[in-house]
Amino acid sequence: MPLDANKKRVFKVIGTRPARPDGIDKVTGRALYGADATAPGMLFGHILRSPHAHALIKSIDTSAAEALSGVKAIITSKDFGLPDDSSVLDVQDNCMAREKVLYDGHAVAAVAATSAAIAKKALKLIKVDYEALPHVTDVDAAMRPDAPIVQAGRAMDDLPAGLSENVTYHFEFGHGDMDAGFDKADKIVERSFKTAATHQGYIEPHACLASMNSDGKGELWCCTQGQFFVRELCADILEIEASQLRVTASEIGGGFGGKTTVFIEPVALALSRKSGRPVKIVMSREEVFRASGPTVSSSSDVKIGMTKDGRITAAHATFRYQGGAFPCGTVQFGAQSAFAAYDLDAVQTIGWSVLTNRPKEAAYRAPGAPMAIYAVESVVDELCQELGLDPLDVRLKNAAQKGTKSSYGPTFDDIGLKATLEAAVAHPHYTAPLGPNQGRGLSCGFWFNFGGNTCVSLNVNFDGTVGITEGNPDIGGSRASISLMAAEELGIPYEKVRTIVADTNSIGHNDITDGSRVTFAVGLATIKAARDAKQKMCARVAKIWDIDEDAVYWEDGYAKPSGPNAGTFDPMSLEEIAAISAETGGPIAGHHEVNADGAGVSFGVHLVDVEVDPETGATEVLRYTVFQDAGKAIHPDYVEGQMQGGAVQGIGWALNEEYIYGEDGRLQNPGLLDYRIPVASDLPNIDTVILEIPNPGHPYGVRGVGETPIVPPLAAISNAVSRATGLRMSELPMSPPRVLKALSAKG
Amino acid sequence: MKNIHVSTTINGDPTEFICAPDESLLDVLRDRLGLTGSKEGCGSGDCGACSVTVNGRLVCSCLVLGAEADGAAVETIEGMAQGETLHPLQQHFIDGAALQCGVCTPGILVAAKALLEKNPNPTDTEIRYWLAGNLCRCTGYDKIIKAVQSAAAEMRGA
Repeated sequence: MPLDANKKRVFKVIGTRPARPDGIDKVTGRALYGADATAPGMLFGHILRSPHAHALIKSIDTSAAEALSGVKAIITSKDFGLPDDSSVLDVQDNCMAREKVLYDGHAVAAVAATSAAIAKKALKLIKVDYEALPHVTDVDAAMRPDAPIVQAGRAMDDLPAGLSENVTYHFEFGHGDMDAGFDKADKIVERSFKTAATHQGYIEPHACLASMNSDGKGELWCCTQGQFFVRELCADILEIEASQLRVTASEIGGGFGGKTTVFIEPVALALSRKSGRPVKIVMSREEVFRASGPTVSSSSDVKIGMTKDGRITAAHATFRYQGGAFPCGTVQFGAQSAFAAYDLDAVQTIGWSVLTNRPKEAAYRAPGAPMAIYAVESVVDELCQELGLDPLDVRLKNAAQKGTKSSYGPTFDDIGLKATLEAAVAHPHYTAPLGPNQGRGLSCGFWFNFGGNTCVSLNVNFDGTVGITEGNPDIGGSRASISLMAAEELGIPYEKVRTIVADTNSIGHNDITDGSRVTFAVGLATIKAARDAKQKMCARVAKIWDIDEDAVYWEDGYAKPSGPNAGTFDPMSLEEIAAISAETGGPIAGHHEVNADGAGVSFGVHLVDVEVDPETGATEVLRYTVFQDAGKAIHPDYVEGQMQGGAVQGIGWALNEEYIYGEDGRLQNPGLLDYRIPVASDLPNIDTVILEIPNPGHPYGVRGVGETPIVPPLAAISNAVSRATGLRMSELPMSPPRVLKALSAKG
Repeated sequence: MKNIHVSTTINGDPTEFICAPDESLLDVLRDRLGLTGSKEGCGSGDCGACSVTVNGRLVCSCLVLGAEADGAAVETIEGMAQGETLHPLQQHFIDGAALQCGVCTPGILVAAKALLEKNPNPTDTEIRYWLAGNLCRCTGYDKIIKAVQSAAAEMRGA
C-alpha cells in the first residue's frame, strides 16, 4: 500500500514520554561502552604518532621495540596492502601513514604488548627517521600557488591558473540572473568570514577490541555510529571477506558524526592478526584531538542585495573549506544549504575544497552547513540593521515554502520554515526587554536529512511481547522511539516492545547512524515491518476462523472480522494469536528492507540574548529559545534533547571552541582544558518549541531533527554580539580576546 | 617498581588489590576490579566522567593514585542504587530524560549526589557551578539541572 494511502495522524503512544530502555543500565554504570570490554589473553595496543605537521618517513626501525619483553606485535604501513579504491586507501593512509606523515598526530606505527606500560615503553624504542617538509594549515594559505603541496596528484581536473595543487574540488550551484538581481537592490552588503575547525567533543574516546584469526575470521567490538561501514572499511583494508568479520557496536558515548569512520579499528585487527591475540586500543583524549576527525575550517565571501522593504534580490556566496590532508566533499553540503531558507530569483554558490596539514575531517552534525549559514545569516542581519528592518519580518518575507525552487535545485514539498518563524514572532522571548551591553540575535538553520539503506526485523514472541532487531547504534534515544512506533502500529503497550541494535551478522546492511536518518528511516522500516506482521497475524486468524484473509483486519491490538458478512467472532489479541502461533504455522515475524527516500528537510530558528562584558570581551548567553519543525515528535523528550544539545554545541563553536595550530604546524590545545567546550555554568536553560508540520514521505510525518539545531547558534550569537556591541563580527570563535580586540579597535 | 598492596572499602565492601605505584584509582577500578561504570574521558581531570568519592570527598579518580585508597572508603556509581531500588537521582535522570549517550552520566550522578549531601536545596546556579567540572556533550545540561532539582525536591520530602 502506498504510504500516502495509509497515513496516521491520531496517536495513542506516539508523543508520550516513556522511560528509555537503556536508562537503568546507564544510570547504574552497567552499560558497556567501547573501552569497557575485555577478552581472555587480551593485549594492549598503542600507536606512535608523528610530531611533525608534514614530513617524509625515511625509515622506521622497530628492532629495539620488538626485543622488549612483553611486546607481541608491531605494525607499520608495510603490514597493509594497497587497496584499489582511492577512498579506502585514504582511510587506510589516515589510520597508518605511508611514505609521508601529513599532520601532527598522524599514526606511523603501532605496538601490541601484554600491558599498557610495556606498549608505551615500546613506542619510545621505535626509531623513525623523518625529513621535515614545509607545511600549511590555513585554508586560504593552502590555496595559494606557492603553498606547500600536501599530497601531489590530488588536484582537481582543470585546476585554474593561480591556484595550488591543494585544491581538490570545485563546483557551482544556482539559478537566475545575478547582475539583474543586484541591479534591483537598494542595498548590497558584501562581507568575508572565517570559522575555526572544531571537534565533536564526544566524551567517550574511540575504543575497540579486535580479535582476528589466521583463517580470516574476526570479531570487532567498537564504539561507532555504523558497524556495517566499519566492517566494510576494515574488510577492504585487511583484504578479508565482509561476512568473516563480525562487528558489534558498543554503547556509544557520543558521536555527532565523528564516529562514522575508522581510525584505530584496522590497526587493532592487524595487530591481532599478527600477534594471534585479542587487541584492545583506546585513544587518549590527546589522540582524539590530534588524530580523529574534527570539522572543516572555513573562509567565505557573501554578497546579498535587498530592497528597502526587505526583499532579497540576489545572493552570492563563495565557500573555501579545508578538510585536512585528504580530499573531502563537505563544502558541497555547505554551499547547498547556505541559502536553503530563502525563496530567491537569483542565487549562486561556489565551493572550493582544499588540502592542508591537518587531520582528515569527519562529519560533525550537519557537516558543512553551520559555517555556510553563519556567513549568510550574518549578512542578512546586517542588511536588516542597515535598512532598519525587523529580522524576523525579513526572513518571513523571503522564506522558502512548499513549491519554492531551492537554491540547490530541488523544489520543496511541505516544509515548516514559515510556521517556525511565526512561532518565534509570537514568542514572548522576541519582545522581552534588553539591558545595557545586551543584544538579541537570531538565525535560521537547515539540514537536508537522509534516508538510506535500512533493515528491520520484528519478532512476535510466544508470550505476546515483541522484539525488534535493527542495525543503527542509538545515539539519542532511538531505541525508545522505534519501540514507540512499533507499539503504536501494533496497538500494544510500549513496555511490551524491546528494541536491540544488532551486530553485522545478525541483520542485513544498515547505513550509518547519520544525516538524522534513524528515527525517519528505521522508524519507517519498523512501521512497515509491523504492518507485515499484522498482515501475517490476520492470515493466521482467518485460518482459525476459516474465513478469507481479507475478511480480517487489525485494530488497536486485535484481529477483528471486517463486518457482518465476515461472520461473528470475538476479536483475537496479539497475545492470543502469539500464544497459539506454533499450532497455526509457526513463529510470526515481520520484516522490512528499504533504501528509504522521502526524508523531509528540517528548518529551525534560534533566538538568543547575550551580554558582552566591555571590560573582558566575555559573552554571556542570557536566554536561548529553539524553534524547530520535527514533522512529528515521536518521543518529545529526545527531540528536545537534540534541540538543546545541538544548540549548546553551536554555542561552544560560536564563543570558545577552536583548533589552534602553532607556527610549527602542531596542535597547541589537544585537551579539554584548552579546547573549552561549554560547561553547565556557562549556560542558561535552553527553551524549546517543537512544531509539527508532517513530512509527506513518512507514515507518521517524521523528519530528522538531530542536525539542524547546531546550525543557527553561530550566526544567532554573532548577530546578538554585533547588536550588543555595535560591531559586526566576522570570525569564529568570538572568544573574549577576539571580542576585546575588536572593542578596543572601535575605541 | 614493585606493586603496592592496598586494603580499602569500595561501596561498603572490603576490597584488596595490588597496583603499580603510578597507577590511577580509575585504572584500578576499571582494569583490576571490573568496575567500569567510572569512565575515562580525558585522564586529566577536565571532564569528570571518572568522578567518585573518597572518604566522602568528590574527586576525579584519574587524578588519584590507587595506592591512596588504602584505608579509605571509596564510593562509585556501582554503589549508588540499593539493590533494585534506584537512588532518587538515578530515577529522576531516567524520568526526566537527563541522559542521552550516558557516558558522562555516572560521573554526573556521583557529583550531584555529593552536592545534595552538602546542600539539599541548591539553586539552579549552585547546581550549574557544582557540575561545571562534569562535561556533557549531548544534553546541553538543561534536563540534567531539572532532574537534579526534582530529585532534590523528592529527597527533601517536598
